[in-house]
Amino acid sequence: MLLKNIYNEFIKILAKPRSYIGIGALTLLICIILFAMKADGSSFISFVTSSFEQTLSFNGTILNGNLIAFIILQMLIVHIPLLVALVTGDLISGEAAMGTVRMLATKPISRTKIVISKFIAGAVYTFILTLWLIFLALFVSKFLFGSGDLIVLNSEGLVILKEQDILWRYGLSFIVAFLSLLTVSSVSICFSAFAENSIGPIVSTMAVIILFTIIGSMEVSVFQNIKPFLFTTHMASWRSFFEDPVPYSKILKSIIILVVHNVLLVSIAIVKFNKKDITS
Amino acid sequence: MSEEVIKVEKLAKNFGSFEAVRDVSFTVNKGDVFGFLGPNGAGKSTTIRCLLSLIRLNAGTIQMFGKSYATNRYEILSKIGSIIEKPDFYNYLSAQKNLEIFARISGATVSTKEIHEMLEFVGLGGRGKDKTKGFSHGMKQRLGIAQTLLHKPELIILDEPTTGLDPQGIIEIRNLILRLKNEQNKTILLSSHQLSEIELIANRMVIITKGKSLVEGNVQELLNAQELTVRLELSDLNKAIPLIQQHFANVEITRINEVEISLSIEKQQVPHLNKMLGDNNILVYALEPKRKLEDFFMKIVQS
Repeated sequence: MLLKNIYNEFIKILAKPRSYIGIGALTLLICIILFAMKADGSSFISFVTSSFEQTLSFNGTILNGNLIAFIILQMLIVHIPLLVALVTGDLISGEAAMGTVRMLATKPISRTKIVISKFIAGAVYTFILTLWLIFLALFVSKFLFGSGDLIVLNSEGLVILKEQDILWRYGLSFIVAFLSLLTVSSVSICFSAFAENSIGPIVSTMAVIILFTIIGSMEVSVFQNIKPFLFTTHMASWRSFFEDPVPYSKILKSIIILVVHNVLLVSIAIVKFNKKDITS
Repeated sequence: MSEEVIKVEKLAKNFGSFEAVRDVSFTVNKGDVFGFLGPNGAGKSTTIRCLLSLIRLNAGTIQMFGKSYATNRYEILSKIGSIIEKPDFYNYLSAQKNLEIFARISGATVSTKEIHEMLEFVGLGGRGKDKTKGFSHGMKQRLGIAQTLLHKPELIILDEPTTGLDPQGIIEIRNLILRLKNEQNKTILLSSHQLSEIELIANRMVIITKGKSLVEGNVQELLNAQELTVRLELSDLNKAIPLIQQHFANVEITRINEVEISLSIEKQQVPHLNKMLGDNNILVYALEPKRKLEDFFMKIVQS
């Protein structure tokens, strides 16, 4: 029954126009960035490298597919949660708003299975969205700009990664980026279990992300204590794969915190949905 | 003894401080078309939601097919098809896709051929590929009935299935319910706020008001009771009332206004009453007999 309902959820996601908004918006944004980079990417890069030019000399093509993919991921990973929440925030509350939750809950399937099947369908959608992002960012960029070494600027300075040392880093960062977005999906599904309309969970999810991001960025001691436990703190952990050496223990800690968030949020959604009086 | 399909005892449900249902009891037997009658806001939909485990009870018990939801939820829901208030569908999907979605989780294997046959049965043949977004309320009701029947349930629960339909739609849904009763011998619980509708379709019924069940029994026995409430509009009430009291012992007369009274008498006495008034030169402008239950129900609705 669980598999049958997961299949049902896929059909619903595929048939909803809003599911394609995310993929369409993502494609458009990446195309705009790629166009901008093609048109005037060298001046953008020289603006960043100019501060190092007195101490370093750069040879070869800095503006290559690997760098542009990194820039795109950096720019868009902040906005993708909205695109994820747009679909996953509607999964339970959308049924309540439409009235179909009555029909669904009177079928011989447990409410726990209903929530789990929605979570799995949401996870697959998030996976496809992340995969599409990586595909466009990395492969299309490489096709248009060619390959080369990657220069990454982080808080400790410049990191230069060899061309043959990059693809696996993108592969692993994809997994962590997916886990981050899956947490966003779980947040919105959790809100969705409490709501009776589609907009509430989407707005609430974005509000939580913004709030946690602000708390995490404030250098106040009381917030510094909770910062390591906020999922937003770990959403940029994918970047750690572009450090040298890779801080695996730090990444593992982030993965554990994100997984715990997912388990906790889906459990809350299951308990709430099971206890809910369906009156819509 | 008839097999009990639904047995509700002293059901109560609150939403905060609001008592939606406070004491509802009734029994539906196998093969019944059971009328669940009550005015708007009586607690019918809340009771039905309890019957389908959509909401939790605060007190009382519900037995479905002799079992409780606590341990037999899957088995019970596999045997039930239902429409609560109005059928809602995924508007972005076609009628056929909607039925496929609900059939897949109905606990039975339903083929595409059966879905087409069901669409034909409810009069939606040829509309299966159309999105439900463009369906009228009547078409959605019929699709809702198709959805309830797909997995061949033993019990069908229909919550006010004719609400919002035009007269033609009401007749179509009524005929569909009668076909289910006559051709497929389904047990049907049908809620309504119209006594006339229940009278046409149901064999047994319960009347509820303000969250409480008042009368339960066989529809024909309840409605064909010999005692009637008669409303009379007469030329001279001061002369008529003593005469009626003199000819009909223990009759209870209620004065409605200056020219109207109502009284309860047996059906056989109505012609004698009319003749006696005529013989005494009292002009009868109106004589309106009403079945006691009908009158009782009208009073509930009006209150």
